[in-house]
Amino acid sequence: MNRKQFLRNSLLGAGALATSGVAKAVIDNNIDELKPLEILGFNHIPNTKSNIMANTVLHKAESRGHANHGWLNSHHTFSFANYYNPERMHFGVLRVLNDDTVEAGMGFGTHPHDNMEIISIPLEGDLEHKDSMGNIATIRQGDVQVMSAGTGIYHSEYNRNKDQRVKFLQIWVFPNKRNVTPRYDQITLKTADEKNKLFQILSPNSDDEGVWIHQNAWFHMGNLDAGFETEYQLKGGAGNGVYVFVLDGEVTVEGQKLDKRDGFGIWNVERFTLKADSQARVLLMEVPMNV
Amino acid sequence: MDQKIQVLVIGRHPEIMQTVTELINKTEDWEATGALSDETAIEYYQKRRFDVVLIGGGVEPESEAKLRAIFTFQNPLIRIVQHYGGGSGLLFAEIKNALLKQAEGKDTLVENPYPDTSL
Repeated sequence: MNRKQFLRNSLLGAGALATSGVAKAVIDNNIDELKPLEILGFNHIPNTKSNIMANTVLHKAESRGHANHGWLNSHHTFSFANYYNPERMHFGVLRVLNDDTVEAGMGFGTHPHDNMEIISIPLEGDLEHKDSMGNIATIRQGDVQVMSAGTGIYHSEYNRNKDQRVKFLQIWVFPNKRNVTPRYDQITLKTADEKNKLFQILSPNSDDEGVWIHQNAWFHMGNLDAGFETEYQLKGGAGNGVYVFVLDGEVTVEGQKLDKRDGFGIWNVERFTLKADSQARVLLMEVPMNV
Repeated sequence: MDQKIQVLVIGRHPEIMQTVTELINKTEDWEATGALSDETAIEYYQKRRFDVVLIGGGVEPESEAKLRAIFTFQNPLIRIVQHYGGGSGLLFAEIKNALLKQAEGKDTLVENPYPDTSL
């Protein structure tokens, strides 16, 4: 058997099963299948090194990876798709922080995931979700969606609105166990309009506030007035760190000034201070640092 | 001589396997071979040279441990990494990082994100 034949047989081993109709059956999706993202070329960014200190790391907004596919404009805090920067692989178990804008009437066609905790947070507009577990839902600003991909799930995400973009955060966290049963959940945050408080939107516990995931992680959001100062105490113990992402405005974290869409990771601390230098919106992601 | 980077993908989910192999094959100079069972993976590994092995979703811990032992015994320099996300945006970074570490000759030959797991 020559090499090409060998390869063909190898792929057919997967492909024959894959084309047997199972893939089409797992999700009844009336959305036109979209072409996969075209390769834009590997986006190495050698001149934007992360500012890594003893127990902090600063990622300025403009140093993130960027890909504009026309229908999708995405900024990647960590290496993703065609953006590869060995210095930007993850913050602990936080692996993906994508800041996505999807044009009106466009979206992600049906695609698979496995073994990842995937959290979506809409910042503007609505996003329709369909998955192979039969869930059809729309998430809006003020909602949080979570998927444990586990052994495998197919889903699509689509901006049904014909005249409004969707802006949303796509956050992926390594699970603390592989091959769990896939699950989907979404909630509307009751406290989304509360001011000057860090409110929990995610935890490891199903009976706690917000959504839950298979990981020792806690996420908080805050809508802060200028001058408001607070302290965040880590919940997960010494092995955890916190990645602060500024959604709007300017804040200072432990003396580090941050602007809109800057990211700042801090670890080996029990608590830290956060001050709003202007009207600000922040997302705090506390995660285990050991991957 | 074939200079393409050869990637062996092991998984249990046929559709995800197809997505992963297609994505890898779309990258110039990369070539994927998919295996849905341990036996097939071992057979391919013994017949061909691979640069990177991706352990995909659904592979049981016992299988993973067995495959890692066999593969590293046969080629101590092989990079074995767990693939997360199922043909997702992580795929390229996982392979590129594995190749980078291989080129740097890092001592840690096997990527295991769960240090407390005995492999």
